[in-house]
Amino acid sequence: MSLSAKDKEIVKAFWAKVSGRADNIGGDAVARMLTVYPQTKTYFSHWKDLSPSSAPVRKHGGMVAATITDAVNKIDDLAGSLLTLSELHAFTLRVDPANFKILAQNILVVLATMFPVDFTSEVHMALDKFLAALARALSVKYR
Amino acid sequence: MVEWSENERSIISNIFSNLDYNDIGPKALVRCLIVYPWTQRYFTSFGNLYNAEAISTNPKVAAHGIKVLHGLDRALKNMDNIKATYAELSVLHSEKLHVDPDNFKLLSDCLTIVVAGKLGSAFTPEIQATFQKFLAVVVSALGKQYH
Repeated sequence: MSLSAKDKEIVKAFWAKVSGRADNIGGDAVARMLTVYPQTKTYFSHWKDLSPSSAPVRKHGGMVAATITDAVNKIDDLAGSLLTLSELHAFTLRVDPANFKILAQNILVVLATMFPVDFTSEVHMALDKFLAALARALSVKYR
Repeated sequence: MVEWSENERSIISNIFSNLDYNDIGPKALVRCLIVYPWTQRYFTSFGNLYNAEAISTNPKVAAHGIKVLHGLDRALKNMDNIKATYAELSVLHSEKLHVDPDNFKLLSDCLTIVVAGKLGSAFTPEIQATFQKFLAVVVSALGKQYH
């Protein structure tokens, strides 16, 4: 299930349309992840406030969104562009890679709530594939 | 047995009482067949599923989507015994339809996305959590009788 040229086109076009709200997308996705999948909170025990509108949640969402924007721009070399982040997640953060899928699902839900007309089935599929490819790139250094 | 708070029961009840089954059912199944094309394997008798356009306008897909969504009514009416409620349907999906139970999760993810699109920001994280919990219980019940 690799990204076809068409998938990349769709992802770039859609992200260009929505990137103005990237921070909100990221923040909302992280907030939902923590609420809907409470086991993910175990990685953030160092945050004082895990509520959806808290500063650390919004800030982290912003970071996630910025990474996605960067990845979209480097879509032809995801593994390369995410190498450092992969090392971070593998050796320092040690996040179980199953959680990448969870965050991805929540990103898709947020996109559906914010862009119901633009988030067509084709866009959904292309983004699902893209986020899966991102997750794979993030897992590269794990073992 | 799965525990449901009063709040959760009312969230689920509200979602479904405001749902247009004839709109959401088809949308969810169409999305599943497009986003996860291997799910089309179960619908070879539905005719033209060659591309997204064909799937979106296929009347058999639409009808089936509505049927599947109404299938959730059983859980709605029997929230305290969803496992037993779906025993028969689970046997059907296993022995007659031969559906890989992993597909139930795929359809349920698509239904979540479609409902999210419909409700927008009203689909809060709390409501999403409850809705996904409900669907997860149904999905689990549907897989229970496989052997």
